[in-house]
Amino acid sequence: MPLLEVAKLSKRFGGLVANRNVSFSVDEGDIVAIIGPNGAGKSTLFNCIAGHDAPTSGSVRLRDAEIAGRAPEAIAALGLARTWQIPRSFGAMSVLDNVAVGALLHHRDPTRAKDESRRVLEAVGLRDRAMARAGELNVAGQKRLELARALATSPALLLLDEVAGGLNPTETIALVEILRAIHARGVTLVIVEHVLEVVMRLAHRVLVLDFGQVIAAKAPAEVVRDPAVIEAYLGRRP
Amino acid sequence: MIAAIAVVALAIFPFAFPDPFYQQIVVTALMYGALGAAWNLVGGFLGRVSFGHAVFLGVGGYATLLLLRHANVTPWIGIPAGGIVAAAIALVVGRPTLRLTGHYFAMATIAVLAVAHVLMVNWSFAGGATGIEAPIADSFRLLLFRSRVPYYWIAFALAVATFAATLALVRAKPGYYWRAINGDEAAARALGVPAERYKMLAFVLSAALTGIWGGFYAIYVGFIDPDSAFSLTLSIQIVLVAILGGVGTIVGPWLGAALLIPLAEGMRVAMGGSGKGFDLLLYGVAIVLVSLFLPRGLITLRWRRAAA
Repeated sequence: MPLLEVAKLSKRFGGLVANRNVSFSVDEGDIVAIIGPNGAGKSTLFNCIAGHDAPTSGSVRLRDAEIAGRAPEAIAALGLARTWQIPRSFGAMSVLDNVAVGALLHHRDPTRAKDESRRVLEAVGLRDRAMARAGELNVAGQKRLELARALATSPALLLLDEVAGGLNPTETIALVEILRAIHARGVTLVIVEHVLEVVMRLAHRVLVLDFGQVIAAKAPAEVVRDPAVIEAYLGRRP
Repeated sequence: MIAAIAVVALAIFPFAFPDPFYQQIVVTALMYGALGAAWNLVGGFLGRVSFGHAVFLGVGGYATLLLLRHANVTPWIGIPAGGIVAAAIALVVGRPTLRLTGHYFAMATIAVLAVAHVLMVNWSFAGGATGIEAPIADSFRLLLFRSRVPYYWIAFALAVATFAATLALVRAKPGYYWRAINGDEAAARALGVPAERYKMLAFVLSAALTGIWGGFYAIYVGFIDPDSAFSLTLSIQIVLVAILGGVGTIVGPWLGAALLIPLAEGMRVAMGGSGKGFDLLLYGVAIVLVSLFLPRGLITLRWRRAAA
């Protein structure tokens, strides 16, 4: 049984169709990348899977539970976590407390949650910034905090919305290593990414969205040679 | 540490200053500190600024006095009952209003206050516009005393309990969840925070505490009417005490009350009959000064000194 199975998912906003009949599945241990030009519907797809938007039609299954249209907190409790394209940390709280909010999903006691959070911060390389106010972190720090918070909920499936966006090449390589370590600990990853370096290094499979539809689903090396993908990004050869 | 010193100082106070005037000021300050601390759960930690908290105070006060007058129920039961009624009203009012944020939530709470005021004015069983009085008595059972001293100790005990309750809540899971919802509700929900439930929890607990203090207020003053209880001015004073002291902090509202109430009361007496409204002027000046020099409240004084 796949960990995540999206079937014929469509999402309309009034007359605009953001996702049309999107189907794909993710097995336990997979790393799936979703790419596509701006406005292809990647973030909407994430929002529909994680519960922030309700799909207009179609189904989303997490293991054997139908989650389409359920509340984000209920989906998080089932083991799905996400990060945001634009970091949405709780700016007035400390870095440690931000992560503790995630860890409290499985701990009653804040002291325990904080112990757990320190371990997670260690894993993403933010341990020495634990007591800083989250709002004071730079972009790379914010991205790592997003990751740490989501990890603290101990998810089976992690949706990453452009975690490498805005990072310089050194930071990007460090991030890829962190993501590899997270994957090695048994977390399945679905990543939306513009930075192709991350996609090529990490993904087992790549899903290409264009105008809300899946136009290709292949291995990374094949997808960059796919004429339909090239056309979606660069336009038709005259 | 500071809290421990404050508790000891407050415990000695009535022996050092037997003058009922000073005791009355401290009781008022404790009450506003507690009201600010209760408001702060919603207004500070959850970040939903309510201008309607006088509703909960009024409801608690009315419940206590109505039970006493019409059913001869002792305030020992009436005051907690007032807290429960206030919590029940918060449960009803919170459902539609807590979806709102920012200015819209603030406006909705003002509307709730206005509606409650009109309802109370027209409710003749509760005395209508003239309100309702406590009987004159000197009875431990009825919590009615000729001396002011017992009220000091009741306020003191209630204040300690209020402080302990808010501290425990904020340090526990709800405190983290409230601050997270305040920071970014969608992001909090993505981390598994059941935002609706926790917003309601803050609102209901805040209302319950406020209602309990409303019961105390009614017994202490011996009288309650729609104009004094369901008043926007009272609501704003609660908000001011918290904001001046330091919004979203445990100690802030108590600090704010400790500064504002003695200032206002002292001014009212010093000016006598000639300076009507002078205490309000002083309020204004204090607010302007604090917002200019300590925009995050009196509580930041300590940090500043430490940083210098």
